Amino acid sequence: MLIWLILIPVIAAALIGLLRMPGRATATVAAAIMLVLGVAAVLCPAECSACLSTFCGQPLQFSLVTLLSKAMVLLAVLVTFAAVFGMKAPDSNAERSWAISSLLISAGAIGAFMSDNILAFYGFHELALIPTFIMIGCYGRGDRRTIAWTTTVYLGLASMILLAGLLLLCAQMHAWTFTGLADSVLHGIRPTTPCLIAGLLIIGFGTLVSLFPFHTWAAPAYASAPTPIAMLHAGVLKKFGLYGLFTLGMTCAPICNELFGSWNNLLLLLLLGNILWVGYVTVVPTRLDDMQGNSSVKHMGYICLAFAAFIASAGTNELALNGATMLMLAHGLTIAMLFLLTGQIESQTRTLELDSMGGLARKLPTLGFLFGLAGMASIGLPLLANFAGEYTIFVSCFEDWTPGATLATAGCDVLGCSCTWLQNLPWGIGCVFGWIIGGFSWIISSISTLFGGLGAVQVTLVFALWGLVISAIYMLRAFRTIFEGEIANTSERATKLTKADLIAAAFLAAFIVLFGIAPQLIMNL
Amino acid sequence: MNMIQNLPWLFLVLPLLVAAIDWLCFSKCPKTAATLSTLSAAATFGLCIAYLSGLQTGIPGVYVWMPTASAALDLHLGLITDDLAMRMMLVVTGIGLLVHIFSIGYMKGDSSNLSRYFAGLSIFMFSMSTIVLADNLAMTFIGWEMVGFSSYLLIGHWFHKASAADAAKKAFITNRVGDFGFLLGILLTIGVFGTLTFADMGNVSGTAVAPALLTAMVICLFCGAIGKSAQFPLHVWLPDAMEGPTPVSALIHAATMVAAGVYMMVRLQVSMGTEIFTETACLVISTVGAITAVMAAIIATQQDDIKRVLAYSTLSQLGYMVMAVGLLAGEAAMFHLYTHAWFKALLFLGAGAIIVCCHHEQDIWKMGGLAKRMPLTVLCFLMGTFALIAVPGFSGFFSKEAILDAAIVNHPTFFWIGAGVAAITTFYMTRLCLVAFLGSARDHGAEHATEAGPTMVLPLLLLAVMAIISGYGFMADKLVPAEGFTAPGFHFGFTFYVSLGALVLGLAAAIVVYGWGKRERDPLAGNFISKALRNRLYIDAIYDKLVIGGIQECGARIIEFIDFVVIRGLLVQGISWLVGRFGVLLSWLQCGSLRAYSCITGLGLLIIIIIIAL
Repeated sequence: MLIWLILIPVIAAALIGLLRMPGRATATVAAAIMLVLGVAAVLCPAECSACLSTFCGQPLQFSLVTLLSKAMVLLAVLVTFAAVFGMKAPDSNAERSWAISSLLISAGAIGAFMSDNILAFYGFHELALIPTFIMIGCYGRGDRRTIAWTTTVYLGLASMILLAGLLLLCAQMHAWTFTGLADSVLHGIRPTTPCLIAGLLIIGFGTLVSLFPFHTWAAPAYASAPTPIAMLHAGVLKKFGLYGLFTLGMTCAPICNELFGSWNNLLLLLLLGNILWVGYVTVVPTRLDDMQGNSSVKHMGYICLAFAAFIASAGTNELALNGATMLMLAHGLTIAMLFLLTGQIESQTRTLELDSMGGLARKLPTLGFLFGLAGMASIGLPLLANFAGEYTIFVSCFEDWTPGATLATAGCDVLGCSCTWLQNLPWGIGCVFGWIIGGFSWIISSISTLFGGLGAVQVTLVFALWGLVISAIYMLRAFRTIFEGEIANTSERATKLTKADLIAAAFLAAFIVLFGIAPQLIMNL
Repeated sequence: MNMIQNLPWLFLVLPLLVAAIDWLCFSKCPKTAATLSTLSAAATFGLCIAYLSGLQTGIPGVYVWMPTASAALDLHLGLITDDLAMRMMLVVTGIGLLVHIFSIGYMKGDSSNLSRYFAGLSIFMFSMSTIVLADNLAMTFIGWEMVGFSSYLLIGHWFHKASAADAAKKAFITNRVGDFGFLLGILLTIGVFGTLTFADMGNVSGTAVAPALLTAMVICLFCGAIGKSAQFPLHVWLPDAMEGPTPVSALIHAATMVAAGVYMMVRLQVSMGTEIFTETACLVISTVGAITAVMAAIIATQQDDIKRVLAYSTLSQLGYMVMAVGLLAGEAAMFHLYTHAWFKALLFLGAGAIIVCCHHEQDIWKMGGLAKRMPLTVLCFLMGTFALIAVPGFSGFFSKEAILDAAIVNHPTFFWIGAGVAAITTFYMTRLCLVAFLGSARDHGAEHATEAGPTMVLPLLLLAVMAIISGYGFMADKLVPAEGFTAPGFHFGFTFYVSLGALVLGLAAAIVVYGWGKRERDPLAGNFISKALRNRLYIDAIYDKLVIGGIQECGARIIEFIDFVVIRGLLVQGISWLVGRFGVLLSWLQCGSLRAYSCITGLGLLIIIIIIAL
């Protein structure tokens, strides 16, 4: 049955492409079938594990066993439905290409989330990236060629680095599937160059989830991409990076600290870059789509924080895993909804420049309500899905902490020895890194002593919490400018939302509220 | 689990459901929405009365909201129904109900979406009940954020007005700053106690933990109260919040939500034990309270907007309560919270009635002579004023005495600060009443003022009765949110004479300066002190210009610039440029020109020959 989740969108894409069937209608039907199948598969996973054939000489098997992959598949089918149902293409040809791309991205993402075979897992993601590039190049806004090429080269390079990491890991562990990997770990096989592998994996996966400083591709790409593509990429496909890190972390749980541990402190520094640095970058933009793109980058920091907590606990911190799952799902739904609404705002006012907008809520109260809901979800208001994820991650960071116990080591060895090579870089670069790392270590150790011995993860969390204030600043500022105050000229143009607009947004909103009120639906999957 | 046992859940479920229904189903028929919301407030009030008159239902069921591997950390929703919580609920639902009724009259004829307004009120009732009834800190935090949200909604109710929209945003973000500390405090609590459930905290002795950590934890938790209860330095949002409809100011920004910080701190003292509150932490708390009390009272003396005077007086009274919390006098703080809730709601609703009847005029210098035109409203307002300035026999008198009594035992400095604030309070409230109610009307609005309608006067009368009698034993013993509270009653000691002195001093000063309503303009205005006070001691300006405009904006712009130029430009584009140039360089080697190839071949041959020859 699982294979149909991948085949249906591919078949539908083929129908649209070859038989010239209407784009949006066909895609919507396919997405609806996927939705039903996906929910069924997530709810009764026991029978849904099938070995199909072989891929690269290894069994090609799909399974939905872990909480993470179930949540991700659920996310994928939900966002796909909203994206294709709510799409508004300029003409029927564009509509066909948009529909085909959306379906293929969705198929690739779902394939990646269900694959047990590590190479297939990688391959599916690559498959899904291709339509993204093409769509930005053909139908993007602004300087689409440059943006498409930048994104393609950037992500292509990241994928190559990632592939190198995966191949090294698989070769050294003598296993090419996730289940095989877990077996190898149980049998005591250890990677010979863990530091190199982890470095490649973190850079590779990290770039795909726009980990600081590899984040600059994201905002322009999302701002440029057509709405359904931005929804699917930011909402679903981007989660691939974190999915990969967590799945590898879980499969190699007993040795994950050995594998990733030496990079953990650097990761903490980088994710603070996501939350604080990119957070403040988000405060500035004058365009709504830039702001949404950057905010999506910023939120990745919290999920990375969960990964760091997971690694620091040597793979025992289940809370971090649950929180990350919840937040990935919630963030996917929220950012997809925000991009959908951004598209609707643009089609109503024909601008996304914040300076020229205002008072839209008086013309379109429903749009204001939906945007407010999505915005509030994204800044972590309780009873909406993101809060459940964020809160769980925060608690998970403190799960292993007992006051005073870490006093002896806290702070002193915060960035570990893995960073010495950074400090030895030539031409003064090493010197700069030395200052940054030294300064960070000093701040961490002083905070740590102030609070009775916090560990590196906890101190990072203290900084990360400030991100809650930042996100409130930019989101409320955007809402204030676009929807409140005097009615601007651009808002005068606004007419009515179509039924399709409303249903697509309300569909996502319903799940954001549902998972916010009852997060245990996800946690108990 | 039976139905009766879970009855308290109605406090939460009912308003939330009503809010959703109002918003989704009745957005086009405000009358139904208003009725539904008011009925739900009445139902919760009735339920509360039933509980306080002895209804016993056992412990309500616990709902595991987010299950985790370790049971200690899972986020569950449970309710506390002890005296502290249920009596606080009486304040919340009681004033909530009156404000709902008042709103029907006040918002009549308003062109904005009233369903949204009443849905907002219902969301507020839900969130506030969540804070009060929460049996663990995580749930408190949920309510905490939700009241912030409903306050955002209601302050920004007239969102087409730029000032209202900005005020709503300011309130939410300022509260978020406080919540940053609060959340950190909650996480530290997990470290110290291993649990967030109030009932389990008492079982763990915190004495094994380093006092520095305890201090840090308490101060972090207190940050939440600084934000929500608008204490210095995060007090700036509350005066701006007066942009919201006046009934909202009465319910949220005077009586209940802003007192949530005090309630939360007292709840912590009750469940964690006062020994957790180290000396440093207590000193920090009461100092913050004292600073707020003094600063706000002084600023209030030069405000002309009737709602702003009341807003600063709320700040000042909250400072009093927080000071009491820091003095470990939780009972006194709750007593003052309780009396203050009634009389401040009365003052705000009275002000609302006055504003409506003066055709939305809020400047007291444009009022005047209102005592003749709307005697009933003015009489009620005076009852509230007497309670606020602590005229002996009124409710505010007893609770202020309780705080001063606690201060003189623990910390005489705070006693004298409290007494001084009492004198200033009397001064500015007397100023307000003299200017607005006596003399003759100074503007058209006040000339044509008439008594407000019944839905507005009835809540005023009820609140006026509460402002007078709620401090006496027969009420206070049963209603003050504290375990086993006994009302202090009159006792003629040192504190009595000092506060009587403060009262007389403030009254005399105000009468000397403002006469009997004959002044046309403020005789104290014009000098630089008055200017500083009117500009709120320039604190808002410093925040706007320096913190937001300077540090935050400039910082963000610098970061964005570096991000754009260095990371996106130099690093990413630079590397791609380098790669491109390198490609161009290599491409020369295969330019396809026979002449170039033969030249290179010739050159190469020449070099080889030279090398061999050498």
